Amino acid sequence: MPWGLLKYGLGRRYPAGPDFPARPEFKPRYDVVIIGGGGHGLATAYYLAKDWGITNVCVLEKGYLAGGNTGRNTAVIRSNYITPESVRFYKESVDLFNDLSGELGYNILYSQRGQLTLAHSDATIRTFRMRAEVGKLVGTRIEMVDRRQIREIVPCLDMDENARQPILAGLWHRDGATGRHDAVAWGYAARAAEYGVELHQRTEVTGLEVERGRIAAVETNRGRVRGGHVIQAVAGMSSVVAAMAGIRLPIRSYPLQAMVTQPVKPFLDPLVSSSGLHTYVSQSSRGELVIGGGSDPYELYSTRSTLELKESLIAHTLELFPFLANLRLMRQWAGITDMTPDYSPIMGESPVRNYWLDAGWGTWGFKATPVSGKRMAETIAREKAPEILHPFRLDRFKTFDLANEMGATAASH
Amino acid sequence: MKIMPCPLNGPRNISEFACSGEVAEMPEPNRTGDEDWADFIWMSNNTAGVVREWWCHVPTNYWFIAERDTVTDEILKTYPAGKVFTARRDFQGRDEGP
Repeated sequence: MPWGLLKYGLGRRYPAGPDFPARPEFKPRYDVVIIGGGGHGLATAYYLAKDWGITNVCVLEKGYLAGGNTGRNTAVIRSNYITPESVRFYKESVDLFNDLSGELGYNILYSQRGQLTLAHSDATIRTFRMRAEVGKLVGTRIEMVDRRQIREIVPCLDMDENARQPILAGLWHRDGATGRHDAVAWGYAARAAEYGVELHQRTEVTGLEVERGRIAAVETNRGRVRGGHVIQAVAGMSSVVAAMAGIRLPIRSYPLQAMVTQPVKPFLDPLVSSSGLHTYVSQSSRGELVIGGGSDPYELYSTRSTLELKESLIAHTLELFPFLANLRLMRQWAGITDMTPDYSPIMGESPVRNYWLDAGWGTWGFKATPVSGKRMAETIAREKAPEILHPFRLDRFKTFDLANEMGATAASH
Repeated sequence: MKIMPCPLNGPRNISEFACSGEVAEMPEPNRTGDEDWADFIWMSNNTAGVVREWWCHVPTNYWFIAERDTVTDEILKTYPAGKVFTARRDFQGRDEGP
């Protein structure tokens, strides 16, 4: 509506209000205390209120909403994993993402453009066949494509057969998409706040009081708060917060570095990734190329930058798109990935009775935001994890019943 | 590039090294229940702070111990494993064999 826009621009009244209410004082007790104001925590708050009518909820965030790994990932949404358990889980997330802008009344810039994963070896082709068949079985849109089809999907890829790592085949996942990651969290936060959920930013959890196998209180830099249930959704700090409840997790934290180039005209519609070259590339709606790769080589809680990782990432990207060599990098950053031994999350029950885990989100957290929120809300409301989360329970490590997910991005460690 | 002071080879680029995780006491396999063994294999302290880790200089295959701060990315100290492991350790009940 150009006229409406013009009127809005010339009008004296500014009709838009703030999305979130100001931070209130603590109530003496909440039904649910959510530690972590990122996508997962805020989605959990939203679905607790919407699906289960539980609105006496507070979200504790040490910084600002979506300021952690929610705003640091490369915003890839896909469900082309390798185990049926994972594919079923991530498919539910993609399905929820499809309607999310409408449901939240908040534009998450969702754009379903498909994801093309490239194979440079026969071994990768074999796993692609398996991923394609598993995906079809579960009902996702996925297929193997040959070199001719790859040329049609992404005409600008370097298809030289004499390249160091020639492209042999691809896995074409039509459900692959991207969206604005912090808008997802803001949308959930805005709607959750309308239901009465309290958002406490700049509120850092400093300790957990455990009494007789239950969390009695959560200590923060603004005082103590009590909750019937407490859930942690703190990607990047999972081990540190769980340790406050006396829980050890099978997590090792590594930084993952990513970067964007200067913006150029749109030329790359699908998201392109190559596990052999440890890189993935997509063009944002602003025209920047978003480039990410595997995690750093050693454990670290610092989001510092290293030249050698940038160099290797760029070199591999140029093997796919040599004509990008003249582009300049505009920004770089890192997030902390909580890697689990089987590249699957840890969700559901913990050894502490009213304490619930949403952890181990390595490189697969953003795409799981809606499904994690929905299913963690169900877990807390019923005080029992639903069947779809069963493969991701913490106890799987006691029984050596791991969910080995080699379709994950950094499954190279 | 970040420099790792190797006790054998002196200061070298960190890309020449592989980190093999925290130095942890291995329980006796034959006297350890499944649950404790699973704990040893999978669980990690994942400390945010000073850790003591196994590192290997890959070109010379030399293993040593490094003390490192995982928050500031500083290497504080490196020394040969012999400084910590001073005696040979034998596990009981190994006669069954493969």
